[in-house]
Amino acid sequence: MNGRGFGSRIVRYTPPLFVFGGFIGLWYLVHHVILDDRRRFIVPPPHQVIQDAFLTANARSELLEGLGNTARIALIGFVIATVIALVGAVVMAFSRVAERALFPYAVALQTIPILALVPLFSVWFGPTRTARVVTCVLVALFPILTSFLFGLKSVDRDLQDLFRLNRAGLRTRLFKLQLPAALPSIFTGLRIGAGLCVIGALVADFFFTRGDMGLGRLLNNYAKRLEYEKLFGGVILASLLGVTIYIFIGWIGSRTLRHWHESEAQSS
Amino acid sequence: MVFPDGTHAVDDVSFTVGRGEFVTVVGPSGCGKSTLLRIASGLTDQTSGDCRVDRKQLGYVFQDATLLPWRTVRRNVELNAELQGLDKVERRGRATEAIELVGLSGHESKYPKQLSGGMKMRCSLARALVLSPSVFLFDEPFGALDEITRERLNDELLRLFVHEGFAGLFITHSIAEAVFLSTRVLCMSARPGRIIADIPIEFPYPRQPELRYEPRFGELCGRVAEALKEAYQ
Repeated sequence: MNGRGFGSRIVRYTPPLFVFGGFIGLWYLVHHVILDDRRRFIVPPPHQVIQDAFLTANARSELLEGLGNTARIALIGFVIATVIALVGAVVMAFSRVAERALFPYAVALQTIPILALVPLFSVWFGPTRTARVVTCVLVALFPILTSFLFGLKSVDRDLQDLFRLNRAGLRTRLFKLQLPAALPSIFTGLRIGAGLCVIGALVADFFFTRGDMGLGRLLNNYAKRLEYEKLFGGVILASLLGVTIYIFIGWIGSRTLRHWHESEAQSS
Repeated sequence: MVFPDGTHAVDDVSFTVGRGEFVTVVGPSGCGKSTLLRIASGLTDQTSGDCRVDRKQLGYVFQDATLLPWRTVRRNVELNAELQGLDKVERRGRATEAIELVGLSGHESKYPKQLSGGMKMRCSLARALVLSPSVFLFDEPFGALDEITRERLNDELLRLFVHEGFAGLFITHSIAEAVFLSTRVLCMSARPGRIIADIPIEFPYPRQPELRYEPRFGELCGRVAEALKEAYQ
């Protein structure tokens, strides 16, 4: 078998489907059996969530709009963080002075609790989209940057010597050696960063309560109004957003690396 | 050669390798064999002394195949030519020729991941051959291969040597390999590496694989081994 046939698909997808079924079962169990009548409303059953959050036009459009807003912030943040990380990592990979000068601050960026800065952003930028994007970027930047830098710096010594023997210039080395060699790490960084950007966007939603209504703010409102069906619907959408971006980047990664990297060795 | 950390790697080493000569350096691990090669290639500068190598057409084969995993065999073989700025047609032609020379025809569009250790090394050889090197440096290239593959690649390397007539400088741990390939075997002492024996190998080229089983061959291996015994003391 080449790993793509119908039989192997069954083998591959059956176990996770079972777990999913089990999870839904557990959900119903909690609602009907474990919780008593008075508290049952805090875990609405799945069909109720689908009915109230996704099949009711009002709620659905509200949720989808929130999802759109949050996704937009997350994506803009993700792109900006990626560009900054790429430039930063390339500069640090080629200049030891730059690395010594900048890397401590990149570490500092990771260790200061960024959430503590969020109120400051609202003072500086107002409760605007800018403030949300900045939050996103700061949450995601460091993990992306470190993965990129790690990839660029862990190029095989002999390969570097080979390029030196051919007197390859900086640009040639960057584009023909360092960047392609760093691709596996780059995709790892992107995957982590994408997830963090969704978190960043949701957190920003919690803080910045004016402007576009994001998913995070909706979740907050539903919780306050005890609209638990919609709250669950929002949680599901937020999760799907994160999972979708993660899978999408993973897919691009494995398509790019399928020929050569060990982590994709099952192909061909 | 003294490194910044004070390691005295090579001391008072002097030799020349002419065109059509194949000189092999054997010696204990860490005796500075590789340092010698790095100095010859220009990757490392010597701290004292003089090193003159015609580096216009330099071939260098590393211990590992050091292929770019994201490139096919053909594109890997083209790499040196590409970095040297040869145009596309020229480098295609040369690559095809080199791939044929090392016996990799038919595997051009495979990726390194799909090749065996021996085939990777062939690919690495082809990559160096593309520049038709006049000086060819080998840093223990077949050390990681099994005995049979290694002997086969030795046979083919000799064929290439006869065909191309480069000046070869070869580093190895294997005495048989050294004697089989070379016109001269240099034995080095432990660090700081000095040349303690210079043994000429007078078998004519082309050499047949059966040469390995002749008494005279064994005798020469014995002489090299004898010289190296000192080095290990």
